[in-house]
Amino acid sequence: MSSIRFERISRTFRVGGQLVPALADIDLHVDEREFVAIVGPSGCGKTTLLRMAAGLDHPTSGRVLVGGRPVTGPGPDRAVVFQQFALFPWKTIRDNIGFGLKCTGVSRAQREPIVERYLKVMGLDGHGDAYPHQLSGGMQQRVALARSYALEPEVLLMDEPFGALDAQTRIDMQEELIRLSRVHPRTVLFITHSVDEAVYLADRVVAMDRRPGRVREIMDIAQIRRSEKWGELPVEEVMDLESFNHLRTRIWRLLRRGDGEASGHGVVDNPPLRTQPAQKTKLRRAQ
Amino acid sequence: MALATQHPGLRWLPYSLAGAAIFLAVWSLLPQAGIVPSALLPSPMAVGKTFFELTQEPFAGYTIQQHLLSSFIRFASGFGLAAAIGVPLGLLMGWYRWLDRAVAPIFETIRFIAPIAWLPFAVLWFGTGIGGPILIIFSGAFPACLINAYRGARLTQGFLIEAAETLGAKPRHIITEVVMPSALPSIVAGLRIGAGVGWQSLIGAELIVVSSGVGYLMVQGQGNLATEKVMAGMVAIGCVGVLIDVALRAAERHFRRFEQA
Repeated sequence: MSSIRFERISRTFRVGGQLVPALADIDLHVDEREFVAIVGPSGCGKTTLLRMAAGLDHPTSGRVLVGGRPVTGPGPDRAVVFQQFALFPWKTIRDNIGFGLKCTGVSRAQREPIVERYLKVMGLDGHGDAYPHQLSGGMQQRVALARSYALEPEVLLMDEPFGALDAQTRIDMQEELIRLSRVHPRTVLFITHSVDEAVYLADRVVAMDRRPGRVREIMDIAQIRRSEKWGELPVEEVMDLESFNHLRTRIWRLLRRGDGEASGHGVVDNPPLRTQPAQKTKLRRAQ
Repeated sequence: MALATQHPGLRWLPYSLAGAAIFLAVWSLLPQAGIVPSALLPSPMAVGKTFFELTQEPFAGYTIQQHLLSSFIRFASGFGLAAAIGVPLGLLMGWYRWLDRAVAPIFETIRFIAPIAWLPFAVLWFGTGIGGPILIIFSGAFPACLINAYRGARLTQGFLIEAAETLGAKPRHIITEVVMPSALPSIVAGLRIGAGVGWQSLIGAELIVVSSGVGYLMVQGQGNLATEKVMAGMVAIGCVGVLIDVALRAAERHFRRFEQA
């Protein structure tokens, strides 16, 4: 019981005394153990949507249900992986990974084997006593993933988790995530600016519009992924597939079209590079 | 030189020594050249000699080490109390808005009262006991302890608090494991300021309410017109103040070691 449902969600923000609609009439669901990625331009409210599922933000109207229960606040059943890693700089890697367990009342003796296991799973052996600033960005995000996984949450909420990583590391992490989701399938809501990333990782890709944020289209790619066994191929092989490129282009067209109607330029942060898919991930978030 | 490359601060040591030498030279010259009567400004040599004598022979009941020790015990009690109450209260005020709103107006008013202004009440309430000086040191050190813990708590990065919440942290975990460590550099900076003000106020208190301590030694020296004893007391105050600050600065460096992250 770990599906996520957004029911007729609207959210308005007050900016300088004016009410600005950020999300309008969002109906969206993520089934149990499904991987759904949301792509869309900056300001389309995709992060706000994820924060609502996390209990860190609340809809102006409508409701968010996780596992059938309305979300009232943050909790360890829904792990969040943040773009800026959000590791505790004063805690060792081991203590960072064990933090959630400690807060949920797991004794030190019971924590230790779990922490050791995730150190191993994430390829962090030998770094348990280091502090976050001593590790590279990719390794820090592995720690953040381990910290989330250690709680064995049924729902993973990932807010551009690889947005701050370099292209090479980003691809490694994407493969890592695919590998993990084979071993430990979870319900995942994944926010990204990268269309490639979304198509490579997700069962369904949600394309959003902005001002106000709305769902433009939802693409189901679970079938293709399964039949072509994407999960067992390296990233570059998948990105070379005709089906992958077809999907990618379709989503780009969708996003561009929305852009054309709205303002005519620059809505999407990562412009498409049609000829060199593998390079596209080098384009990082501008912020 | 290996030593200089290992400790780049040593490069500036000659300048520090030269500054001290010039200061001491001018200080010695003023009474020697008769510009200032030596009864009003004892020479550094005389002060040094007196200081040494005070370490050997009791004056005003005790040797200068004993006076310093009793001053330091008062300081440590008052400062410890200020830190023990000020830091947690500041952190909690940073976390709980209602507590902030309840305490801030009173605190903001009281903190402008100079520590020494509490003296009449220190005498009234505690006589010549240890309570008086402790009250005065406390009132000197408390505001800095509280304000800096409060600021440190308020500056805790929101996404770290959110991360902790999503990991199942309850308010007590967030305060002790996120807000406090995040505020530590600021807390230690507050302790440093508080210790400075507290140590200064202590001497003020000792000038009046007690019968031992460096301040008391100085008052007795003044009574005997022994200016070099007063000056020796001042030197001792300065030196102990520097030592306290050096110790807290070392603590500050220790707690800032994560900041490069």
